[in-house]
Amino acid sequence: MDTRLSDEDLAFRDEVRAFFAEAFDEDIAAKVSNTATMKEGMIEWQHRLNAKGWMAPNWPVEHGGTGWSVTQSFIFQSERAMSGAPDVIPFGVVMVAPVIYTYGTQEQKERFLPRILNSEDWWCQGYSEPGAGSDLASLKTKAELDGDHYVINGSKIWTTYAQYADWIFCLVRTDNSGKKQEGITFLLIDMKSPGITVRPIETIDGFHHLNEVFFDNVRVPVENRIGEEGKGWTYAKSLLVHERLSIAEVADSKRALAELREFARREVNGGASLLDDPHFAQRLGDVEIDLMALEYTELRTLADVAEGKHPGPESSLLKLQGTEIQQALQELRMDVAGYYSQALQGDLSDDDYGHDFASIAQKLYFRGRASSIYGGSNEVQKNITSKFVLGL
Amino acid sequence: MNFNLSEEQALIRDSIARFVQDNYAFDKRNAYVAMEHGFSPDNWQQMAELGWLSIPFAEEYGGFGGGPVDAMVIMQEFGKGLVAEPYLPTVLLFGALLQKGAEAEIAGELIPRVIAGELQGAVAYVERQSRYALNDVATRATRDGDGWSISGEKTVVLNGGVAHKLVVAARTAGEQADESGISLFLVDAQAPGLSRSVYRMTDGMETANIRFDGVAAQALIGGEGAGLSLLQEVIDQAILAVSANALGAMEFLNATTVEYCKTREQFGVAIGSFQALQHRMVDTFAACENTRSLLYRAVCAFDAGDEDAQRSLHALKVMVGKAGRHIGGEAIQLHGGMGMTNELPVGYYVKRLMLINTLFGDADYHRARFQALVNTKPQTVASAKSAAA
Repeated sequence: MDTRLSDEDLAFRDEVRAFFAEAFDEDIAAKVSNTATMKEGMIEWQHRLNAKGWMAPNWPVEHGGTGWSVTQSFIFQSERAMSGAPDVIPFGVVMVAPVIYTYGTQEQKERFLPRILNSEDWWCQGYSEPGAGSDLASLKTKAELDGDHYVINGSKIWTTYAQYADWIFCLVRTDNSGKKQEGITFLLIDMKSPGITVRPIETIDGFHHLNEVFFDNVRVPVENRIGEEGKGWTYAKSLLVHERLSIAEVADSKRALAELREFARREVNGGASLLDDPHFAQRLGDVEIDLMALEYTELRTLADVAEGKHPGPESSLLKLQGTEIQQALQELRMDVAGYYSQALQGDLSDDDYGHDFASIAQKLYFRGRASSIYGGSNEVQKNITSKFVLGL
Repeated sequence: MNFNLSEEQALIRDSIARFVQDNYAFDKRNAYVAMEHGFSPDNWQQMAELGWLSIPFAEEYGGFGGGPVDAMVIMQEFGKGLVAEPYLPTVLLFGALLQKGAEAEIAGELIPRVIAGELQGAVAYVERQSRYALNDVATRATRDGDGWSISGEKTVVLNGGVAHKLVVAARTAGEQADESGISLFLVDAQAPGLSRSVYRMTDGMETANIRFDGVAAQALIGGEGAGLSLLQEVIDQAILAVSANALGAMEFLNATTVEYCKTREQFGVAIGSFQALQHRMVDTFAACENTRSLLYRAVCAFDAGDEDAQRSLHALKVMVGKAGRHIGGEAIQLHGGMGMTNELPVGYYVKRLMLINTLFGDADYHRARFQALVNTKPQTVASAKSAAA
């Protein structure tokens, strides 16, 4: 049992820190934090990561991964988050790529993986449907074989950034006869295919990230199917650890907490810093302690994966606890901002507020409500943990 | 980075697990606790023979040279079985203070006797008014010829009823709440002027309040006035150990509660099939894993001498207190009426967790220390602007 950093680890940390300090400059930071330029900014940022060879650290080396140790991956994420740089857009590199390199054909790997590394394709995820949320396996979007094509009819919902996407990876129904999990197939679909329409969904946070995607007799070549017909559920499920780790956002919460403490230190409440308010300090302290625990839960999971072991039962908690911590931090941030958190963003500049963090505090709070709903709602995570970990 | 036990540590763990399996059935445990001093002298001898009492001590004393990971392994397994023998007070507190502070001659004489299971020890550091503050010491030691004479009262001396020797914290200079001027002394429990009032904690552990009326000390442990840092150092390690003990107890409680819910039937089905109960058990599982993660974090930080060690230690003790209350309360509730009885082990484990919360400062105490530590240390944040992507 040992978490000491070696000299090589420390040198690596310095290299990563220096890279982010230089590569994530003010220009790129401004682009990714502005909704109007977010897509182009993220693609430019991901090009810089890829040029350094750091776009897909967790991939197998032969496909462009880094072969880093658990410690190195941990250092990378910590330094990335503390620099203020956003994590990569996960749908391609974190979510669909592991399915492609694990279950895809040689042709599929050669066709899609390099384009994901180069950010040439923007991916979105087509899992949820209007009638299939937490009960995802009841999905109905139908794929019928017609010669060497599947014909898709139905709709997907809550599709993040579908408005930007070149491709969507979908779970579709190819068979209704057996158990509902058994008739599901994993397809890669070109968003430019005739018959696809995207409807934006207006959300309470004021951002545009959610959409509904309609499929009207969309023809998809059979060669875009991953693995066998009817095995899509198994493929999607087996790679959930990547998604859970990604959604937990432990490193980003560490940065958010450090920022929050600085904001609170500067806020003066009746003559004293908000940090001296024992009630506030207790709330902040309890979140930090939970986060320190989760950080090690993540490390334990990463260490298992690195040793080729199946991740232990603690991994199922990552999504659940990671999102609870994110939401607690967002709530505290809004409370720190006080009155200014309630002003409609856009009507005043940060300078008008006198608080450069306040203007988006409420937007982030509302956006964050989604995290306990997506990726399998937190209640579903509890059902899964209860069944597969506790055996109930 | 790894969270694996070494081969030797795994052997120790397995051997203690076997001991618990063979010797610590619920009724046997209760019989040990009912013995004169709240534990079984035969078990203690067996622990000595198996080498467990030697593990934290240096090889020069006949020990094994173990560190915080070894102590964690031992105490976690002891926690699963609610082992009653005084490993914490004799080995991890008294023995550790001798090893760190006593002159070579004294350490060389006494530590081998601890390892052999002949000598019971205790550390007297709490006072009636002190709550959890180690620096609040009213007991005084004054020079008496070549030696020292101690007067005052110490409370909640774990294992204080049976201990042959004590280490006592007494003030040799300064005011009652000063951090300097505290010294540690070795005292023989039979010394004239020493009187004990012995009682039990609710988990069965024998404890004493001890009065000192001009008791002659046998030796100074550590330098004069250097007692607080030495005591704090040993107590930090003991916090890791009792947290591991708590983790073992939490693991037992969660496992026995899940098992009960699988077998107990109401409305024609196992009550574990009810979602309201399932989610509560997931929450207690999460509380246990949080404790484990912070325990590993703090143990690794102390083992490596990491700068994060103190922060991790306070965080751990807060979690042990919170998670212990949570898991204990849920274990009773989910066992229903049976959870209220002494016919099941549940209540005994809950009491151990409650005791551990109070040992060396409870959750509120450590939360305050945690906040003081993190709020005074400026954070390094590259920019106050947050990416709103």
